[in-house]
Amino acid sequence: MSGSSLYLDGVSVVFDGFRALNNLSLIIEPGELRAIIGPNGAGKTTMMDIVTGKTRPTTGVVRFGEHDLTRMDEAAIANLGIGRKFQKPTVFDALTVFENLELALKAPRDPWSCLRWVLGAQSRRRIEGVMEEIGLAERARDRAAILSHGQRQWLEIGMLLMQEPQLLLVDEPVAGMTDQETEHTAALLRRIAGQRSVVVVEHDLEFVRALGEKVTVLCEGTVLSEGSIDHVQNDPRVIEVYLGR
Amino acid sequence: MSATTTLAPPPRLQSALVLRGLLLAGLAILALLPLLNRLPVDSVLHVSDFIVAVTGKWICYGVLALAIDLAWGYAGILSLGHGAFFALGGYAMGMHLMRLIGPRGVYGNPVLPDFMVFLGYAELPWTWWGFSSFPFALLMALLVPGLLAGVVGYLAFRSRITGVYLSIITQAMTYALMLAFFRNDMGFGGNNGFTDFKELLGMPLNSGGTRAMLFYAALAVLGLSLLLCRHITQSKLGRVLVAVRDAESRLRFLGYNTTHVKLSVFVLSAMLAGLAGALYVPLVGIINPGEFSPGNSIEAVIWVAVGGRGTLVGALLGAFSVNALKTWLTSFAPDLWLFVLGGLFVAVTLFLPRGLVGLMSRGPGR
Repeated sequence: MSGSSLYLDGVSVVFDGFRALNNLSLIIEPGELRAIIGPNGAGKTTMMDIVTGKTRPTTGVVRFGEHDLTRMDEAAIANLGIGRKFQKPTVFDALTVFENLELALKAPRDPWSCLRWVLGAQSRRRIEGVMEEIGLAERARDRAAILSHGQRQWLEIGMLLMQEPQLLLVDEPVAGMTDQETEHTAALLRRIAGQRSVVVVEHDLEFVRALGEKVTVLCEGTVLSEGSIDHVQNDPRVIEVYLGR
Repeated sequence: MSATTTLAPPPRLQSALVLRGLLLAGLAILALLPLLNRLPVDSVLHVSDFIVAVTGKWICYGVLALAIDLAWGYAGILSLGHGAFFALGGYAMGMHLMRLIGPRGVYGNPVLPDFMVFLGYAELPWTWWGFSSFPFALLMALLVPGLLAGVVGYLAFRSRITGVYLSIITQAMTYALMLAFFRNDMGFGGNNGFTDFKELLGMPLNSGGTRAMLFYAALAVLGLSLLLCRHITQSKLGRVLVAVRDAESRLRFLGYNTTHVKLSVFVLSAMLAGLAGALYVPLVGIINPGEFSPGNSIEAVIWVAVGGRGTLVGALLGAFSVNALKTWLTSFAPDLWLFVLGGLFVAVTLFLPRGLVGLMSRGPGR
């Protein structure tokens, strides 16, 4: 798959004098699965906000392929093929599982096209395929409001899959999940990566180990260490600020 | 579970059928009223002129309620200024009716309406050009509210103004327009507005036949508006509107430009409200700046809340039931009405968040 790479260079974000990101530089290659860890306030979520257009950087370069993300709004960035899963699962409660996925399905997004939208057989099969993949095929006609926490997380991941993104940003996907659900989610994410780039922000080190890919450690808004999970866990600076005591 | 569903429709579907039956029955009864009005006065089934006139008004309110429900009940845009769009539509039609009076006015001026002669106008102001044509007036009844909603909506939605702030802006909009239309030098009749209309499309307005025609025109528009709103809310756009209402920022990250979505529905809603106003004015025979008063817009929102927002039947049910209550109550205790209206709103918010429709359907609402 010929995707674009995500490129952050010298990015800083200052909120009222507080530097949430401090000269952060990061490259995510097409098809890469990358875990990002770091203590609270390290700038993990702010980094995602920058990439998805929710927050503008004070200085620095943010590019996806040849596109300058600092000049685009959320919807335009999403349409470039950058999907985001939030820390708190956010799905549309009043709509059914099927309808949630249908809204996320890659299709023209303007009001007129939505009014004239007819669900074709191919799209229906695609939605059904994703429902199988996230294990919610039985719940197609249930409203999202009545799903369990884990099922809502998977529905949201399913919605990201429907968007066919090139880059997926996933914020703490296993927070509040049982061990079994966590395993299932790790398998899901490993399957997704390879076809597209995935960036996972996570606190759970066991989960990061289960992903088995390159890890970036953020601290105070900048990259502290990068490498395999064993490499960063043995890095004395990481031990000092994050892991050890 | 699956065994029971094969025997009887699930409760949600069942209540939807009941609601649809109620709706069709209601529309059929409305369609009969002008006919029953023609029966001899001593007949048991005779319906008085008063009933026909008052239900004709409610039909226009029903269209306004649908407009508000589309914006608020579905897309979550709580406008407290929809009365302004209604009044602008009414003024557009009122201007046409004024031009049709011609030399039959008190001053007998063939071109200028009486108030302009009285105020010493030499010629017709440019704002009145074209209003002697019915299609033009009808077009303006749609375009002027649509344009105003487009400008206000664009500025507000682009700046991501939502919730109570948007409500306040729309409320200020209708208040400002009310003050403007009260001024004589606006050229729209000042605080007297327009009245003493003579005819429409060549038919005298004081004849029973014309009033029946206007009633049926309003009913037809109500039916078409209902079909249009139904078409929208059952399409994917309808689900996008619900998504805007419940989690707008999430929808943005899915790649939807929610500003465009909200702007489209707000403009369409304003145009429907304008159309309702244009139907209303020939039926009641008067339009004045009082129609812009903020209270009117709030009252219309309360109809929708009482009936059940987020369902089209609910909006109509609310418009008819609250207005029926108002007509009945104000006939013997007009001073009580505002207290009852306020109490109704509080009671519905606390005890019936899904309105009267919520009483009938058990399942979780949209």
